[in-house]
Amino acid sequence: MAPDRIRSLLRWEVGLSIALAAVIVFGITASSQFPTSFNLFYLNLSIGEVAIMTLPMTLLIVTGEIDLSVASTLGMSSALVGYLFSHGWSMPLVIATVLAVGAVAGWFNGFLVTRIGLPSLAVTIGTLTLYRGIAVVILGPNTISTFPARYTNAGVTPLPHTGGYLSYSVGIFLVLAVVFGIVLHATPFGRSLFAMGANDEAARYAGIRVKRTKLILFVVSGLVCSLAGILYTFRLSTAVQDNGIGLELSVVTIVLLGGVSIFGGRGTIIGVVLAIAVFAGLQNALLLTNFEQRAMGVVTGALLLLSVLIPNVTAFMERGRDFLRRRELGVARGERAREAAS
Amino acid sequence: MTATLDPRAGSAPLAESANARRLVDLVFRVREFGIVAVLALLVLVTAAIEPRFLDLSNVQFILVDATIFALLALGETMVVLTRNVDLSIGSVLGLSAFLSADLFGHHHGISIVLVFVVGFSIGVACGFVNGFFTVVGRVPSLVVTLAMLYIIRGIDTLVVGGGQVVASSLPNSFIEIPRKTVIGIPILAIVVAAVVGAGAYYLRSFRSGRELYAIGSNPDAARLAGIPSGRRVFTAFAISGGIAGIAGVLYAARYGTIDSTAGSGYELQVIAAVVVGGVAIFGGSGSAVGAAFGALLLNTILSALYVLGVSPFWNQAIAGALLLGAIALDRGISLQLAAALRKRRTHLGA
Repeated sequence: MAPDRIRSLLRWEVGLSIALAAVIVFGITASSQFPTSFNLFYLNLSIGEVAIMTLPMTLLIVTGEIDLSVASTLGMSSALVGYLFSHGWSMPLVIATVLAVGAVAGWFNGFLVTRIGLPSLAVTIGTLTLYRGIAVVILGPNTISTFPARYTNAGVTPLPHTGGYLSYSVGIFLVLAVVFGIVLHATPFGRSLFAMGANDEAARYAGIRVKRTKLILFVVSGLVCSLAGILYTFRLSTAVQDNGIGLELSVVTIVLLGGVSIFGGRGTIIGVVLAIAVFAGLQNALLLTNFEQRAMGVVTGALLLLSVLIPNVTAFMERGRDFLRRRELGVARGERAREAAS
Repeated sequence: MTATLDPRAGSAPLAESANARRLVDLVFRVREFGIVAVLALLVLVTAAIEPRFLDLSNVQFILVDATIFALLALGETMVVLTRNVDLSIGSVLGLSAFLSADLFGHHHGISIVLVFVVGFSIGVACGFVNGFFTVVGRVPSLVVTLAMLYIIRGIDTLVVGGGQVVASSLPNSFIEIPRKTVIGIPILAIVVAAVVGAGAYYLRSFRSGRELYAIGSNPDAARLAGIPSGRRVFTAFAISGGIAGIAGVLYAARYGTIDSTAGSGYELQVIAAVVVGGVAIFGGSGSAVGAAFGALLLNTILSALYVLGVSPFWNQAIAGALLLGAIALDRGISLQLAAALRKRRTHLGA
């Protein structure tokens, strides 16, 4: 059982590596711009915040929960950064406050899920609307873009000593990825996440504090998403109410593409990191080929569907044949019945 | 309502299960009463503060807006009853609205009925895809329809390009559809009320309608009981898609101007309406009438806020808070109900 599972996971990550190589080849053939450090830095910028948000999402999906409010938490944090700063707060205080608010937003999700017992899907669809609504209330139609250059520069300049390839956001992501990877794969806490994802009840009877653990994960998710919101604000040096709208789809897509099972209990951080590279590379290469940017949803959505269908493609084909055959049989039976009746 | 599936239907437990059913029925009737009461209270309070709220034109406005949501809520109810969810309806509405309205520009004098058929077909096709991947792919409908939300919206964007359909390219007889009234009541509202009534009757009294409840209450038990779950869920998605397609044509007639963002975000408002209307998000209970009242309530709230001078920037936050409140309330009621049923059983047993 265990070696089987390791093998199947390995296969998924090998598949992703091949996909990544294909994307790179596609990018290079699509445009000579693709491998330049300028473009790769741009690619960094375009994915940084999304990449950061995939990490807590991975942990949540491994436990069998989901957080669809991530992009709204990002938007709310961004709006709050703008609002507080424009009201004369000092930037370090703004950042601390926004992080705290993000943690509270995550706690609220976790509270509703673990203490009231509501499904995380329904709760976070609700808070997706609620947190975005709060962002709209905070800022209204205003745009705030008077942030000090010291902070906004960090959003658009490369990290020193990285040859101009790495943005601050991706640098932070890499550090966090190592931390999340160690927590998920090398600590008892991480093992307990897989346990509750595989079987909630069994995990509880094995003495794992399922509710508290999930609550912690939701708080971490809110905290990390508000960090992403702060970075997002500095990168665009703009706070508007619709910052990051719709990014939850990219986050969920990447996590599932990374081989994390939507039913919980399976997944690796390495897979998710590879999926981020595939996703960002593909988007970037498509942009270089003058692909209609607003139609990128078609690609993202198709990737999402594929990433949940491919893992059980054989079973899927079988059931598809069955389904069609049964329909035909049903029709045939109906015709026979009609003939018999007439 | 789930209690009708109680397998322990011996002679002695018959009275007990009839009692239990009465209790369950009562709670659900009260649930719909609750919405109507809140609605009435809201209307009275708003009208007391701002009499303008009850102007004939404003009431007509609310009714017509609510009809589109009530229709969508009917389709969504069917899907949610089976313990699935359809997040793609906003995108389907947008695509159907643009394509059907665009027909008028390309084919002068095209029959309006044909345009409705086209909109319906577009919706059903989208519903087929949703249903196929959900039933055959065994992928959670959330993931399927979330992906379809973005795919259909992307296709819509590609089709529309930068352009839009404007009201002047639409025939008057089409634009007039939402504006026609009988003794002050929009005809559209009457038709939609009839459709919702028919849908509710189907869900309540037809075998295949009841089976949707069974599937949502316990998918495994439903399958073992010989219910063709796959086909029912597939059909529910097809109906939901088809209704969204028709709603798209109505949207075109209502607003006249359609660009590639038409109907975006509607899915959440409709789910909010459905849940506020007492349909359990876990499936298995609720009614189409409740969902329609939920839609009417949400629209009335938004309109009341507008009339009372509350900034429209509050709309989204309020909708989100309402949705959370409704889900929590629903959970509370079902827990109470389960406890009451248990107590009644032990009481009768002793």
